[in-house]
Amino acid sequence: MKFRKSAFLIIGLLFVLSTVLAGCGGNSAGGQGKTLIYGRGADSPKLDPALVTDGESFRVTGNIMETLVQYEKDSMNVTEGLATEWKNSEDGKKWTFKLRDDVKFHDGTKFNAEAVVFNFQRWMNREHLGSKKDDFIYYGSMFGGYKGDKGHVIESVKAVDEYTVEFTLKKPQGPFLQNLAMSPFAIASPKAVKKDPSKFAEHPVGTGPFKFKSWKKNDSITLEKNNDYWKKGLPKLDRVIFKSIPDNSARLTALQSGDIDVMDGLNPDDAKRVEKNKQLQLYKRPPNNVGYLAFNMEKKPFHKKKVRQAINHAVNKKGLIKSFYANLAEPAKNPMPPSLWGYNDKVEEYEYDLDKAKKLLKEAGYEDGFEVEFYAMPEPRPYMPDGRKIAEYIQADLKKIGIKTKIVSPEWQSYLEDTQEGKHEMALLGWTGDNGDPDNFLYVLLDKDNTKIPAQNISFYKSDKLHDILIEAQKETDQSKRTEYYQKAQEIIHEDAPWVPLVYATPPLAGQSYVKGYVPHPKGTESLAEVDIQK
Amino acid sequence: MNEPVLTERHSVTELNQEKVESPFRETMRALLHHRSAMIGGGIILFLILIAFIAPLLLPFGYNQIDADARLQPPSAEHWFGTDDFGRDIFARVVYGARISLWVGFFAITGSIVIGSVLGLIAGYYGGWRDTLISRSFDILLAFPAILLAIAIVAMLGPSLENAMYAIAIINIPTFGRLMRSRVLAVKQEDFVLAAQAIGMKDTRILFHHILPNSWTPIMVQGTLGFATAVLEAAALGFIGMGAQPPDPEWGKMLSDSRGFFQSAPWTMIFPGLAIMLTVLGFNLLGDGLRDVLDPRMKQ
Amino acid sequence: MLIPVLIGMSVITFFIVHAIPGSPAKALLGERASPEALHQLEEKMGLNDPLYIQYFNYIKNLLQGDLGTSIQTGQPVSEEIIPYLAATFELALFAMVIAVFFGVNLGIFSAWRQNSSVDYLSMVIALIGVSMPVFWLGLMEQWIFAQELAWFPSSGRLDSRLFFEPVTHFYFLDALIQGDFVVLQDALKHMVLPAVALGTIPMAIIARMTRSSMLEVLRSDYIRTARAKGVGELLIIYKHALKNALIPIVTVFGLQMGLLLGGAILTETIFSWPGVGRYLYDAIHARDYAVVQSGILVVATIFVLINLIVDLLYAWIDPRIQYGKE
Repeated sequence: MKFRKSAFLIIGLLFVLSTVLAGCGGNSAGGQGKTLIYGRGADSPKLDPALVTDGESFRVTGNIMETLVQYEKDSMNVTEGLATEWKNSEDGKKWTFKLRDDVKFHDGTKFNAEAVVFNFQRWMNREHLGSKKDDFIYYGSMFGGYKGDKGHVIESVKAVDEYTVEFTLKKPQGPFLQNLAMSPFAIASPKAVKKDPSKFAEHPVGTGPFKFKSWKKNDSITLEKNNDYWKKGLPKLDRVIFKSIPDNSARLTALQSGDIDVMDGLNPDDAKRVEKNKQLQLYKRPPNNVGYLAFNMEKKPFHKKKVRQAINHAVNKKGLIKSFYANLAEPAKNPMPPSLWGYNDKVEEYEYDLDKAKKLLKEAGYEDGFEVEFYAMPEPRPYMPDGRKIAEYIQADLKKIGIKTKIVSPEWQSYLEDTQEGKHEMALLGWTGDNGDPDNFLYVLLDKDNTKIPAQNISFYKSDKLHDILIEAQKETDQSKRTEYYQKAQEIIHEDAPWVPLVYATPPLAGQSYVKGYVPHPKGTESLAEVDIQK
Repeated sequence: MNEPVLTERHSVTELNQEKVESPFRETMRALLHHRSAMIGGGIILFLILIAFIAPLLLPFGYNQIDADARLQPPSAEHWFGTDDFGRDIFARVVYGARISLWVGFFAITGSIVIGSVLGLIAGYYGGWRDTLISRSFDILLAFPAILLAIAIVAMLGPSLENAMYAIAIINIPTFGRLMRSRVLAVKQEDFVLAAQAIGMKDTRILFHHILPNSWTPIMVQGTLGFATAVLEAAALGFIGMGAQPPDPEWGKMLSDSRGFFQSAPWTMIFPGLAIMLTVLGFNLLGDGLRDVLDPRMKQ
Repeated sequence: MLIPVLIGMSVITFFIVHAIPGSPAKALLGERASPEALHQLEEKMGLNDPLYIQYFNYIKNLLQGDLGTSIQTGQPVSEEIIPYLAATFELALFAMVIAVFFGVNLGIFSAWRQNSSVDYLSMVIALIGVSMPVFWLGLMEQWIFAQELAWFPSSGRLDSRLFFEPVTHFYFLDALIQGDFVVLQDALKHMVLPAVALGTIPMAIIARMTRSSMLEVLRSDYIRTARAKGVGELLIIYKHALKNALIPIVTVFGLQMGLLLGGAILTETIFSWPGVGRYLYDAIHARDYAVVQSGILVVATIFVLINLIVDLLYAWIDPRIQYGKE
């Protein structure tokens, strides 16, 4: 029976202690200087950008490591980064980059051509991986595989002199420069990688405005100011903390109570409240995505163009945007967003007109309608905050033209698998751009090459006409010619209507009004070097 | 949520309780005089009534979308307000009662049937059958229940039916162990020994003598388990592993409300109240049943 | 007893996890899973081996004490899981403290004033508590106490502005060791809402059990004698009667503690608590096989061990009970 006494003694003590503590201040553990807390939906899996594909990793690594060329502050156009100038040879196969000569990695080693070569060698040879199961996924997909693979584009990378790097390609690659600006191809310190490859993704070292400090898994990652940053006067913050708060509304609550300074992933419905609140400001991320409804053209009745066009007329995009995006999206008419060069604005949207839709259905021989299974994704995606609700909304309109839909919403993994295998009849899906090149939308999502299972072209749309144009455009390196090809491609796609392009989403973010200089980038993550706090 | 486990332990300690056939009417009379049983029964009857009759009288369908009436606070027209689709929450809560009762009923019936059969076999035959079945129960019970349910639903694909199967599976050991312990007790009774002595078939003994004499704790546990099942279904719905849209499942409604409960708390309050009321009803009835059927438990 | 259960569990988790449609490679590649990329990655992850070989390898590694490596993060599960386990443990412990403190007192009070209005009120509270959906309670708390009243933070374990290097990952303990009262206070503040949500059901159960066992004890002769001697009533209750009520309380404590460990998923989801339930749930979504398999095994082992301890505690509190009677 001693147990009782001790147990209650402990419990009693705890309570006394907690009440006492609630009233006492003390030696603050808070840090000095300006700290920005960035609230987001999930933790980063790994902090080696070359190994990952997810935005939450890039969000952090983009502040620690930098790329040869970068995107402009608010668009997907390429500008200088660690390289100051570059040129492409006549035949398009040779790229030469001049590097900055005043840059150091956080570990004190010099950034130079050797370092660049080391990084590319590491990726193409798949060396210095963290673990056996790791892979440089983006390298393989953007440069056609790895060394030794048939499709691998890069023949060689060499250091011409201390600050000049030369890439030799096996064949010209249209999007090459755009690719180099992507977050996964940020340059890591060779010394740090070699020292312990298995720990690099836990403790990245680069040239960026912030240095890695600490990581509490599933909770927060802390970065500290890089005092030797090559851009003079930057960064303005002393410390950045990336804090994971999975639930959108909980994150907003944390913002309102001042626990965090900026938040990603604001519910569109909350945007109005943020706007009204004087202490907060609303940001809109420029769209680099498209949300769409894909028809499986290998299944009846979607083999008929008129049926596909009819449904295009039956979707009320404006209503949808009003209801589920709180007007934070633009209605889509092409498979790529208008922020990309090559966007064809002359394409005329299928307007919302149920009579037209009915007429087209009649012409196609489906006057009495039909029944289909309609896949709606179970999880919020950047291009679609709530797939199931959007499906429900479309369902109601389709019912009016006689099409009965059954919404199915398997768990996200199964969802992707089913749609890639073509089990669906209609499905909602979307795409976020990687490199700001039209090829990254049109070829990836709609070319017949990508109908092999697991297909990324989940419409199973196979057009030879389109295929020829897209392949031509891949080989071309002159941007104005490529623009022509892509505009033509968009016309073909519009006519064949393999999709209902739904929206280009402009995801809303929110921050404290004292946060200055934060500009959300279309690629989804951004450098915080120029961000400041002015209370 | 965990009450049932306790009842089980208690039943185990009462192995040797004398079992007398209590006529149905007597039980009912006792129940009618039992206050918490009456209240619980009343709540459940009310829910059943509402689930089956009220939809006929409602002016709104559970999936009637009205984009102009989004997130309206409670009013004379919309008693519980509207959700982000402009759907009437009262209608959705009422229809939700059907879903919850349906899931609870079938999941628990499934657990009882499978659990009882396994428990009967384990208890009656003993030996390797007992070892096998009891070990399986141990294994199932060692899993954190909700995680196991999530894994099962992930495997089968999220839907209301699959959530129901998952709930049925995770509750099997509770009933199985209970039945086994009852069988072990009853097996030694004179009438069973007599039946065996005159060479009666095992199945006949099992289903005509042992089963009817073991049903009392199963009834009590089943009623309490119903409450647990309703909670578990709502929990699965809440994390998106249960009912799919547009089904007005309460847990799903709660998770949908998370996006805007700060500005529209009614989207959260009413579905939650509904879950609580249902669970409360079954808990009360279960307590009452236990008091009446298991007099030893009475204070 | 423990070994066959663990083997059985490893088989079940392994096959359930592998039966879930999709693969970690697909989870990683998402919308960008091109056929070649997918094939290459699956090859690298060793997913193209026959299932029984994969299982065999898994067990082989387990026996060598290797819980595997997370596919998402590339870190050993045995290292990675510790902070999550600590977070859940801490939360569960606090929930239990709240449950025991309020539950026992509520129960005693009701028993003491049996059939009074206080008794009825307490029992109504307990009944409602038992029937409370944890996730709803959590949301209500967030709405009222974090959003409207702003008394407590709505999510996380600690204000990120505070610098703090966890050692044991029990923040409460860490802060005490390091003598950092600011962190301690902040950690406690973050603990209140989730712990109350998680502790409500056990609180209600404990209250009810305490009440009924107290009632029995109060009717017993020696309490009557004590009363007759004129000792202050409430004092008698706390001093003499409570010890007899301890057994059911310990039972509940053990059972609930185990259940809280795994069952905290909902609370952790709502309050963004970086605990083990959430960790495993996310791993299921990402098809992170190693984490799911080993994680569930670890949690289950702890669960089984806690029950073992509870059984031993019985024997200690009440020597009449022999371990293994069941």
